[in-house]
Amino acid sequence: MSDSAGQNTQTIILSELKGETPWREFWHSFCQNKGALIGLVVMTLFVIVGIFAPLLSPHNPTELFAEALRLPPAFMEGGQWRYALGSDDVGRDILSRLIHGTSLSLGIGLMVVTVSLFSGTLLGLLAGYFEGFLDRSIMRLTDILMALPSTLLAIVVVSVLGPGLVNAVWAVSIVAIPNYVRLVRALVLTEKKRQYVMAARSFGSGHWRTMLIEILPNCLAPIIVQATLGLSEGILNAAALGFLGLGAQPPTPEWGTMLADARPFMESAPWMVTFPGLCILLVVLGLNLLGDGLRDALDPRLKR
Amino acid sequence: MIKLILKKIVNILPTLLGISVLAFLLIRLVPGDPIMLLLGERGADPQVYAEMKASLGLDKPLFQQYFSFLGNLLHGDLGNSIVSKRSVMEEFMDRFPATLELGIVAMTFAVILGIPFGILAAVKRNSIFDYSLMGTSLVGYSMPIFWWGLMLIILFSVKLGWTPVSGRIAVEFEIERHTGLLLIDSWLSEEGGKDAFLSAFSHLILPAIAMGTIPLAVVARMTRSSMLEVLGEDYIRTARAKGLPYFIVVAKHALRNALVPIITVLGLLFGSIVTGAILTEMIFSWPGIGKWMVASINARDYPVIQGGVIMIAMMVIFINTIVDLIYLWANPRMRQ
Repeated sequence: MSDSAGQNTQTIILSELKGETPWREFWHSFCQNKGALIGLVVMTLFVIVGIFAPLLSPHNPTELFAEALRLPPAFMEGGQWRYALGSDDVGRDILSRLIHGTSLSLGIGLMVVTVSLFSGTLLGLLAGYFEGFLDRSIMRLTDILMALPSTLLAIVVVSVLGPGLVNAVWAVSIVAIPNYVRLVRALVLTEKKRQYVMAARSFGSGHWRTMLIEILPNCLAPIIVQATLGLSEGILNAAALGFLGLGAQPPTPEWGTMLADARPFMESAPWMVTFPGLCILLVVLGLNLLGDGLRDALDPRLKR
Repeated sequence: MIKLILKKIVNILPTLLGISVLAFLLIRLVPGDPIMLLLGERGADPQVYAEMKASLGLDKPLFQQYFSFLGNLLHGDLGNSIVSKRSVMEEFMDRFPATLELGIVAMTFAVILGIPFGILAAVKRNSIFDYSLMGTSLVGYSMPIFWWGLMLIILFSVKLGWTPVSGRIAVEFEIERHTGLLLIDSWLSEEGGKDAFLSAFSHLILPAIAMGTIPLAVVARMTRSSMLEVLGEDYIRTARAKGLPYFIVVAKHALRNALVPIITVLGLLFGSIVTGAILTEMIFSWPGIGKWMVASINARDYPVIQGGVIMIAMMVIFINTIVDLIYLWANPRMRQ
């Protein structure tokens, strides 16, 4: 333990001698993790595909081609390169739908993270900073939300709001809030005992300033890691809702919804089931790899 | 320890109360008029409307509604389903064994594979086995199980024809219900005997694999990291220095100490098992709690949704409390 701490101090001193910025130091240790690099590459590709979806997709995702009903992918017997990953039961091009689904899923994930990150961080800050009654009430609320398994809670919220893409985003966001509340609260509880907080307070810094400008930046690393993992969880949960028919509605090219549509054709057209799920798996896997890599690179306590 | 248990129980009371309020408010938060939503055109008849309103208990002031709801709840009365008119509690009890059976088999699958894999990976650290196992477990951990279940069906049921696609047992078997767990009931039944048991087992295996995949990945990863930590301890070196064979040291000294965090993780996985049950049951038409909940949400059967939410939340809280207590019992240092 003391050895590794000594080594860490040594690396930090060395890196300062070399004039390395914290950013370059982070990048250096991030690059040593092969899994994290793979995750980064996968996610960069998905983001590019998502942003340039209208340019990249060969067809309109909702256009019906009457001459191409349930065509197999091009590499299988009977497939055509015009429909590289095959077509679905009403003759839509699967590749184009997957490409448009990329921007949709990434968008859903980003919205979920934005909503849950902001509200969760705020609640966690308040709970950890003020403690007392406010803390107890906030923590009881998160206990209640945590007692319900995430998918169940999400479908309950959707059952109140009604099915649909926007409501599914709200549901998945609400489900994710307790994670951030608990994390931020725990971080604030340790940070606020530090001397720099006392110093700031004695210089007359107000509660909000102390919370947002002094304490919060020191808690950012674990929050960023949680947000990356939250992104993958959000995408997965939203796809699950779509699969259950409670999220995005057909003909929206959302991956989970596509899977639900493809289910009846599982035997005759297995490619309709294979590709949307593979996309979900790749995105979630990429984000998990990225999250693990960020955690190792950002949190010096975990460095080996 | 008794004081601690009492304290835990006092602590979960507000949460339980909160859950009851949440479930109670559910139907009342629905935008618009829930009765019109439920009845559709029939709601235009004022008498039908009033009857429905009274049967849901929506015709009294809100506070009175909640207290009668809470009173019924304490008597184990969760109201009646709108669709089947049967008691929600009865319906729950009918379906619970199916989910329990699936959950037990899925967890057994995860544990009997996950723990040995994790131990091997830790012992052979940084070997090809370790890397490929950790890579596979990361894929398993990221798996969208609603897709994984479908892929398993395509491969094993459609392509290879090894297992049936859905349900719990072939229709020709009529099994007398003793425990509700078909593996046991079919074993006990006289006419079906071995064939019935095999049928039940072949129906169970794919859903159990689908549902157990994420727990398997979590258990393998947790076992590995927990074992690595323990294997670095001084007492392991001492045991080795005494001349004990490596196998004995790993199996007796290390594993026992590595198990505590693994048990905790298993308990915490319970919530994700319910999530897994919902999706798995939908894919394999498994007649359990998850399928029942989704069907009632689609049918807007609010008493069933309320009842299901309360029962599931109570189970999760109960299991988490037990896990906490086991953890405290195993780690006297944490009691303070």
